[in-house]
Amino acid sequence: MSSAELTGQYYDLHEHDHPEGGSTALGFWIYLMSDCLIFAMLFATFGVLGGNYAAGPGPKDLFDLPLVAVNTAMLLFSSITYGFAMIAMQSGKKNLVLLWLAITGLFGAAFLGIELTEFHHLIEEGAGPQRSAFLSAFFTLVGTHGLHVTFGSIWLVTLMVQVGRFGLTTANQRRLACLSLFWHFLDVVWIGVFTFVYLMGVLR
Amino acid sequence: MIAHHPATWSPLLGRLGIDAIPHEPIVIGTFFAVALGGAAVLALLTYFKLWGYLWKEWFTSVDHKKIGIMYMVLGLIMFLRGFADAVMMRGQQAMAFNGSQGFLTSEHFDQVFTAHGVIMIFFVAMPFVTGLMNYVVPLQIGARDVSFPFLNNFSFWMTVGGAVLVMASLFLGEFARTGWLAYPPLSGLAYSPDVGVDYYIWSLQVAGVGTTLSGVNLIATILKLRAPGMSMMKMPVFTWTALVTNVLIVAAFPVLTVVLALLGLDRTLHTNFFTNDFGGSAMLYVNLIWIWGHPEVYILVLPIFGVFSEITATFCGKRLFGYSSMVYATVVIGVLSYIVWLHHFFTMGSGASVNSFFGISTMVISIPTGAKMFNWLFTMYKGRIRYELPMMWTVAFMLTFVIGGMTGVMLAVPPADFVLHNSLFLIAHFHNVIIGGVVFGVFAAINYWWPKAFGFRLNQFWGKVQFWCWLVGFWVAFTPVYILGLMGVTRRMRVFDDPSLQIWYVIAAFGALLIAAGIGAMLLQFGISIWKRDEYKVEGDPWEGRTLEWSTSSPPPEYNFAFTPKIHELDAWSDMKAKGVARPTEGFRAILMPKNTWAGIVIAGMATACGFAMIWQIWWLAALSLASIVATAIFHTFNYNRTFHIPAEHVAEVEAARTAQLAALSKGGAA
Repeated sequence: MSSAELTGQYYDLHEHDHPEGGSTALGFWIYLMSDCLIFAMLFATFGVLGGNYAAGPGPKDLFDLPLVAVNTAMLLFSSITYGFAMIAMQSGKKNLVLLWLAITGLFGAAFLGIELTEFHHLIEEGAGPQRSAFLSAFFTLVGTHGLHVTFGSIWLVTLMVQVGRFGLTTANQRRLACLSLFWHFLDVVWIGVFTFVYLMGVLR
Repeated sequence: MIAHHPATWSPLLGRLGIDAIPHEPIVIGTFFAVALGGAAVLALLTYFKLWGYLWKEWFTSVDHKKIGIMYMVLGLIMFLRGFADAVMMRGQQAMAFNGSQGFLTSEHFDQVFTAHGVIMIFFVAMPFVTGLMNYVVPLQIGARDVSFPFLNNFSFWMTVGGAVLVMASLFLGEFARTGWLAYPPLSGLAYSPDVGVDYYIWSLQVAGVGTTLSGVNLIATILKLRAPGMSMMKMPVFTWTALVTNVLIVAAFPVLTVVLALLGLDRTLHTNFFTNDFGGSAMLYVNLIWIWGHPEVYILVLPIFGVFSEITATFCGKRLFGYSSMVYATVVIGVLSYIVWLHHFFTMGSGASVNSFFGISTMVISIPTGAKMFNWLFTMYKGRIRYELPMMWTVAFMLTFVIGGMTGVMLAVPPADFVLHNSLFLIAHFHNVIIGGVVFGVFAAINYWWPKAFGFRLNQFWGKVQFWCWLVGFWVAFTPVYILGLMGVTRRMRVFDDPSLQIWYVIAAFGALLIAAGIGAMLLQFGISIWKRDEYKVEGDPWEGRTLEWSTSSPPPEYNFAFTPKIHELDAWSDMKAKGVARPTEGFRAILMPKNTWAGIVIAGMATACGFAMIWQIWWLAALSLASIVATAIFHTFNYNRTFHIPAEHVAEVEAARTAQLAALSKGGAA
């Protein structure tokens, strides 16, 4: 074998650019798993402290299940509409993407509005996060989820501006896919919250 | 509902007032020394007009090599601070007998032992290990940078931000007086009402974001950017250990984030997670923090095992013995590190069955670790061992670490732990594994990869002085601590009643002085080597290395590899040398690289300001800096143009220079 052939065997002599973003989906997924662990810890904390009412109100006294059911519906719908946005993205329909994103954002805002109403109501009743370990854990778990939805909504608006201005470029498609992962992830976490905190709380 | 402001709270400065300035003579002296030194450095930088250079070439750089070096510099600076704390403790404990109070007040002493632990783990060991992985991993896998270069820069500056907050506590307010893990209820508002614990929480939160993101980054890099042909079982061992470590980082640091956030909520919003009343549970904190804390020690030591594996193979001139068993042992240690956390509190009432489970799982870890030890030994067996500095550190590590490991197994036996818990025996044990493992490993790695990073090797004489001072100094300093521990002396004592103990503390203090001499020798070694760098110049492969980083020039060009190598065997560079593969010298192409960015340092600066504001409860500043972080991050995402091409002509020039250098060297070698 000639020296040049050997070199060609050991070096990629006809290499093309490796465009950026090749690791983004994987990297974002790993980040989400670390975020998942944050929620896992908050669930565990709630699991440990969730029965410590400190002679204060418990879930049965506080939770308004029909309201939480509506709230859950808001978030589930927002996941479906985000899915529609992704389908529209696949077929390259920019305005349709923007429309579905806007609807998703509205559902998200409705979810946050209802959650804030609930929090406000609880605090007014004297059942704020300082009242007992149960309420500390409740507000922190649910509030952390709400904070994530808030940041997700800011991100969503940012992406709407970027898609509107620069179109469905590869970079923007990648970003939409990341936010999609994030949004569905929050939905899954909420299903855990709804079941573990609200439904099982009322059964407790 | 944010009530109970201390009387001095003001809307403008929060809790920050004139009383925050310390009045202890030692701290004031340190303050003036640091202020004068800092002013001198800033003046010199300005005088030599280095600001532009630093900003353009280093601070905003996304080059993994430069970021790796900056991590090492951060680790070194903080190491000096952490060691100063150690010297103060050794001095205090050697003096405080026969009615003497020593020279540290209890308030100061408690801060010193807390700061020592926090700094050494989070701002010395972590930056060192992260810096090594950052520098070496992309080179070992034949990549041109990490997967997310901007994120890498940001992670580094977040780590710096955490370090800045710890240092600020020295001169504004105070640091925690709780020990390095800040157990409640002591760390709660009721017993630690001042800002010390808040400094602790926020410095670790800011740095923790950086650590987690850098973990994500390196996992993605190792999984996605390996050169063609490098299957998982052809990865260098150091890269394997880096992969497992970063998985541990991503799977452990979020736990720390949560537990510190909950403690912060208890302290700021008066929630009841870990309080004594209203249903809080301090044991929950202890469990959660050790679920992070135990993997953390493996986060530190696994990459170091990788370092020793590379060094042993290189300096014995042999393939590593039992490569696949080394990989499996690493993975097994990674998994087991999650099911042993309770051994840190056997005495806290878990009961016999739970203690047995965690005792046995802890002892099981010594099996894969022992396998590693034998792999290194068998690599040395019948090898042509060259006792260069990295290899000397490796042998010192093997001897020291085995003893530290054995005292660990002693502590893993629950009945024995009931005697040894919270004693100096524990202190001696973990210093034995952390100094004997991580610190020796970092020194080995610095001596091993320094020629790669800078193009000249380190002075051997002062390296050997450092080595012997450290090795002897370590044993002189910590053997007495073991003995005291077996006598039942507890940790964190400021004064002593029993004069018969003093001699051991005096010996330990002498050992600390020897270590100080070792640190001095290391700084001399760096200084002399930089001074004589032309004399010590080396080419790409000074140690007859085996892995890909040695196939590049020293220091490597910014693009690392002009052509991406194709991998056929484990120890790819050895394989290429054995086959006589010629380096390509023509046909260069333009190379796509990431652009530098200001966003990392700016956003991390805002995060540090936010942390500072939260510590002092300056709410307007906290809100403002948080809003700025969000706004700047969004603004940064509008920049779609983040890459540029290094033109083919430039690559050709750089590579031609290397060809000429190699030719000159081989002529020189022939003559």
